[in-house]
Amino acid sequence: MANDTTTTQGSFDSQWPLWEVFLQPPKGEAHEHAGSVHATTAEQALQNARDVYSRRGEAVSIWVVPSAAITASTPEDMGPFFDPGNDKPYRHPQFYKVPRGVRV
Amino acid sequence: MSSRAFFEYLLRLGDDRLVLGHRLSEWCGHGPILEEDIALANISLDLIGEASLLLKLAASVEDEGRNEDTLAYFRDAIEFRNALMLELPKGDFGFTIMRQFLFSVFSALQMDALQKSRNAGLGGIAAKALKETRYHVRHSAQWVVTLGVGTEESHTRAQRALDELWRYTGELFAANDVDREVAASGDGVDPSTLEPAWREQVMPVLDRAGLQVADAGYMQRGGREGRHTEHLGHMLSEMQILARSHPGASW
Repeated sequence: MANDTTTTQGSFDSQWPLWEVFLQPPKGEAHEHAGSVHATTAEQALQNARDVYSRRGEAVSIWVVPSAAITASTPEDMGPFFDPGNDKPYRHPQFYKVPRGVRV
Repeated sequence: MSSRAFFEYLLRLGDDRLVLGHRLSEWCGHGPILEEDIALANISLDLIGEASLLLKLAASVEDEGRNEDTLAYFRDAIEFRNALMLELPKGDFGFTIMRQFLFSVFSALQMDALQKSRNAGLGGIAAKALKETRYHVRHSAQWVVTLGVGTEESHTRAQRALDELWRYTGELFAANDVDREVAASGDGVDPSTLEPAWREQVMPVLDRAGLQVADAGYMQRGGREGRHTEHLGHMLSEMQILARSHPGASW
């Protein structure tokens, strides 16, 4: 498949645009990525997401986002993006003594 | 009110949803895309679930030892009380969606009114069904517009479906003595009172879809009296064969 991530509107005749689905679980936390659906419009994407991902009461709210609107890091980014975090222990606050009476 | 009239009325409500639910289930594994396949199966299960509750209530009103399963699987076509529109073969996707839309708008109005039924059992079923049905309306209306304004092919098919189905819509609103009796007692709703609101909701969607109604023609009817098209018998033979071959089977 061509590496075409720049358009939301049917770049392939046989395939509808892809949408990413985010569900907010009933406990009221942040929306989490659940998967993706094909749809021609936002309303249709919302309905498909409802039917595919929230049939068993998994959600109180759904977001759908055109997959093409997401800019993602690539595997090649892994080194420069994430490795520097590993050797900077001062970014991890585990050296602090927690005062008594403070619950973590 | 005689319990006979209420039983007949509940059969109409239950059979409408059982027959349409079965027709819709025929799409399982054949939907145009995976997402829509799941959506149609969900709606089908909603309808069959509603039918099960309604036929169960019907059986208890009748009080002759039948239950929802015997009503669903051991009656012949002539004993079914569904509207003719709902037993027609599933056709293409445009036909299925158009029928779903025309019926769901009717069903939502019916269930909304039935929430106030004097019969608490029916009122409870209606409240549950209304939530599901409002989604069915939203799903099918969205598709009617999508197909209507889509390609020349999808528009042609949607228009053809509307032309074929329109002459069956009159039966949804045709009231007879059964309807008038249950409406008078406050147990049911006279369907003829729902037609103005139905038109008010259906027409704007058809307009947005660019579809034309060929109005004022002859309206087909007969289902409420057990006079069905040949299609229902074929459908029932498939729907009922398992229960009739293995009576009382469970799994």
